[in-house]
Formats: sequence, C-alpha cells, structure tokens
Amino acid sequence: MGSKSKNEQGMTLIVKTITRLTVGLILLYGIYILSHGHVSPGGGFAGGVIIALSFIHLMLAYGKEVALKRLPKGVTSFFESMGAIIFLSIALLGFTGGYFFLNFISKGEPFRLFSAGIIPILNIAISLKVGAGLFAIFVALVLLKLFPPEDD
Amino acid sequence: MFELYFLLIFMIIGAVIAIEIKDLLSSVIAVGAVGLGLSIVFLILKAPDVAITQLVVEILCLIILIRATLKKDLPFSTTGRWFLNTLITVLFIASFLFVSWKALRDLPEFGNPLMRVASAYLRDGLLQTGSTNIVASVILDYRAYDTLGEATVLFTAVIGVLAVARLIGRKKPEDKDVEEDGF
Repeated sequence: MGSKSKNEQGMTLIVKTITRLTVGLILLYGIYILSHGHVSPGGGFAGGVIIALSFIHLMLAYGKEVALKRLPKGVTSFFESMGAIIFLSIALLGFTGGYFFLNFISKGEPFRLFSAGIIPILNIAISLKVGAGLFAIFVALVLLKLFPPEDD
Repeated sequence: MFELYFLLIFMIIGAVIAIEIKDLLSSVIAVGAVGLGLSIVFLILKAPDVAITQLVVEILCLIILIRATLKKDLPFSTTGRWFLNTLITVLFIASFLFVSWKALRDLPEFGNPLMRVASAYLRDGLLQTGSTNIVASVILDYRAYDTLGEATVLFTAVIGVLAVARLIGRKKPEDKDVEEDGF
C-alpha cells in the first residue's frame, strides 16, 4: 500500500463499487437495529457497532482519507462525549419525578416505535457512544501504527 | 440438544486449530469460526439479542485482528521445556475440572433456571416499562444503573486506548506533518 499514490489508495475497483452499493444499506440497518431496540431484538450496543462497521467498511475500501473526511476525528470525539452526556442527563432528569433513571416519559402503546418512555433515547445515546468509540479505537489501533513503518 | 453438542465440539476444534496452526491468517479465521459457532449457540438457546451483539462484535474483532496481525512478523515462542509445560497445564485443567464439578452440582439443572426475580420482570415488564423487548426493559430501565457503569467502562477504555496509541510524543520531529495533533 505504501507504493501507491495518494488518489488510488484503498482496494480495487470491484471492492469500491460493491462498497458504494452496500455501505448505505449497512448504515441503515444499524439505524434500524438501534431505533427498534425496545420492540425487537437488537438495541443500542449492536446498532452502534453496525454503524461503526459501516464506516470501517468505507475506510477499508477507500482508504483513510475518504472515511476520515466523512467522519472526522473531532466529530467522532464529539459524538462519543455527546452519548455519555445524553445518557447521564436522561438519568438525572429522572429526579424531576422522584429518583435516578425514572422512566418519566409516557409509556405509549406497546409495539409502536414511539413507546417505552426513555428506553429509545437511552438506546440512541449508547449507540452514539459505542459507534464513535469503536471507530476511534479502530483508527487508533490499525491506521495510526504503534510502531511507525520503515518503508514509507 | 444434539445441535448444541455438535456446535460445542465444532467450537472446541476451532479453538484448538486457532492455537496450534502456524499461519497467522488461518488462526484468525479459526477464531472467527469459533465466534460464529457461539453466535449460533446463543440463537438456539433463544437469546437473539446476545446473538446479534456477539456476531457484530466478532466481525469487528476479526477486522481489527486481520488488519493488525497481517504483514507483521510476530515471533513464535517455542521453548524446549515441553514436559514441565504439559505437566502444569494438566494440573491446572484437573484442578479446574474438580472445582467446577464441585460447584456446578449446586446449580439448577440446564433449562430449568431459578426464576425468582426474572418471573417478576416477565410478568410486569410490559406494564411497567412499555417495552416489548424484555431485554431492553431490563438493561435500560430496571438495571439502568449497571448500564451506566458499563458505559463508563467503555468510555474509559476508549480514552485509554487513544492515550496509549496516540502519535504525540512518539514521532520524530521531521515527520510531524503526517499527524499534527494525534487523537
């Protein structure tokens, strides 16, 4: 990979075409898994990992520059911190009705998308944290090499 | 029950292959096969949430392992003291089997768990939380405090990895333009 020029980084044309067709579907599937976490199996953790996998897919096929342009490092750490803050503030907002982690929003009708009170919001917060955190770990472990390569 | 034992034997064989094989890529793929078998076991035991999480985390670990281990010459440690190593291993396995045989006799039988708290969750979960997925209602409502702790652990782990693997303070001064701020 070191001998290639800047604008042909990543894998071959076949991989790039397949990635262009599938990466949006993977991202949509992650959003579906996390937003239906209170209705069907799945939830914030699995949805967040699938969202991180879609960006990792992009990075593996197109190289580091394209993926980091779609999701820069500053945005990653912002999402990571935002997930933690949303989770904690939802928990603290429970004190308006009595105690920590009180389910203070109305329960709604079962099997609907907008139901179950605070559970979907907590799912979204966890998925932000997990997705941004795992993507940042992948970038740090794989691309910013621990031992700098000697050939380039 | 038959398919469960089949998958367990498959996973044990995969784990042994992953340890014993010399090629690094084949070893990583054997680890992935073990993870896939574990995911199907969770699916057979009717835990789809855990199965989905196991599958996606396994894919992520496989990608990281392949990208991190391929094209690197990792040294193989082959010591000559095979007799002592085998003796210690057999002793550890024997003591572990003995202790687990003593301990596991007190557990309830496979497929008949104790349902003191869980039956209350199953009975009142939909009414009290409004969530039709009981797993989500347990981890994000009844036991949300545990999930807060787990999220804190993940946050600390991410910060730790980024602090250890960052490039600031590691680069030589002349190639500072590659990564100017690190993570």
